[in-house]
Amino acid sequence: MVTTRSRAWAVAATVHDPEVPVLTIEDLGILRDVRELEDRVEIVITPTYSGCPAMDTIRQDLELAFTEAGYDRVVVETVLSPAWTTDWMTDEGKRKLEAYGIAPPRVSSERRGPIPVALGVRCPRCGSLDTREVSRFGSTSCKALFECRACLEPFDHFKVH
Amino acid sequence: MSAHTTEADPHGDVTVDALELSAELVGSGRAESADVAEYALGLGDDALILAQQLGGWIAKAPELEEDVALGNIALDLLGHARSLLRYAGSHDGRSEDDLAYFRDEHEFRSQWLFEQPNGDFAHTIARQLIAATYLFELYARLSASSDATLAAIAAKSVKEVEYHRDHAVLWTLRLAGGTEESRRRMIVALGDMWPYVDELFRDTGLIERLEGVAVRPSTLREPFDEVIRAVLSEEGLEVPTVQPSAGGGRDDAHFPTLGYLLAEMQVLARQHPGATW
Repeated sequence: MVTTRSRAWAVAATVHDPEVPVLTIEDLGILRDVRELEDRVEIVITPTYSGCPAMDTIRQDLELAFTEAGYDRVVVETVLSPAWTTDWMTDEGKRKLEAYGIAPPRVSSERRGPIPVALGVRCPRCGSLDTREVSRFGSTSCKALFECRACLEPFDHFKVH
Repeated sequence: MSAHTTEADPHGDVTVDALELSAELVGSGRAESADVAEYALGLGDDALILAQQLGGWIAKAPELEEDVALGNIALDLLGHARSLLRYAGSHDGRSEDDLAYFRDEHEFRSQWLFEQPNGDFAHTIARQLIAATYLFELYARLSASSDATLAAIAAKSVKEVEYHRDHAVLWTLRLAGGTEESRRRMIVALGDMWPYVDELFRDTGLIERLEGVAVRPSTLREPFDEVIRAVLSEEGLEVPTVQPSAGGGRDDAHFPTLGYLLAEMQVLARQHPGATW
């Protein structure tokens, strides 16, 4: 059981996030379960954000990856609960993000008060903490736009969620 | 902190083996009664109408970053609307698209706040401040609903509307503490939106029948007021005192803007039924 599940899991873990191609869906923490049953394989994924348009592409990529790996019937399920959090991103995923030029989420998600407090974000290029948030929203739902005051480069921050 | 998660378990505190493939959570659950479906429909319509309104700012916002921000918020709300409408339609076999595109004005259940026009940027921010504060309190409690699907949708949505609330709070404070003109506009906008606050907290007959499933709106008023007072007092603003509007969106009475909004939102789907791209 363990070996078959691991093999199917490894297939699922080859699929990348189309919007942050440096991360696999396993790195991102959205691959929740892979079950190899008698007549089919079931893969469970969860969206990062409710309106994330990448989910359809990920679903298709999973179907393709399993078909190519010789599985006849592939069922991809989407679960909303428990809700995804950046706490599920792997350390490997965080390293890959930083190397790619996106500041990874560093602190754990937790309830905050109604008036937001800005936290320091390290520049993924020069490592300076002298950065500022340009916009709380970026090119995709999961990122915010930052600027480094030390090296003057703009960069994306994968926000804590 | 991430430094403390062990390398051996890449999923942190999640035990994937314990994750049950429950029908409710995978989106194939069916609303168990017409009342539950009606409740989901109201919440879904609020989210859908607000998403459509915010989309109207794209390419028109005061700065590029706000085009992106309001577009992102609209996308989250559209995600909530899709989940809620899919669930509402599951009771009588209608799809989310049937509900969004092929219902007429009197069949919508959105509340008047969500139907208020975008106005100037301060009006949109005032509407966002009220909407996101209300939705945060609502979804935080709905995530404990005895209805598993509603609870799952709410638990997902609450994290996103918290971020929307941050955005609205920061802009409210910036406009209120900015120039004389931005402060004046923020005060006008809050006054113009405030008549539509009371409707959000009115209990209805439907709510009485959904004990344990729905959140009683009247219970959200106190926490809502507390947050709003804390935010407005940061910049010395008063909570407006205005005559509440009649409302009635949860029945079939709507603000006059809704018909125009629906005409624009629905025209393509109605002219080309079943079209995809």
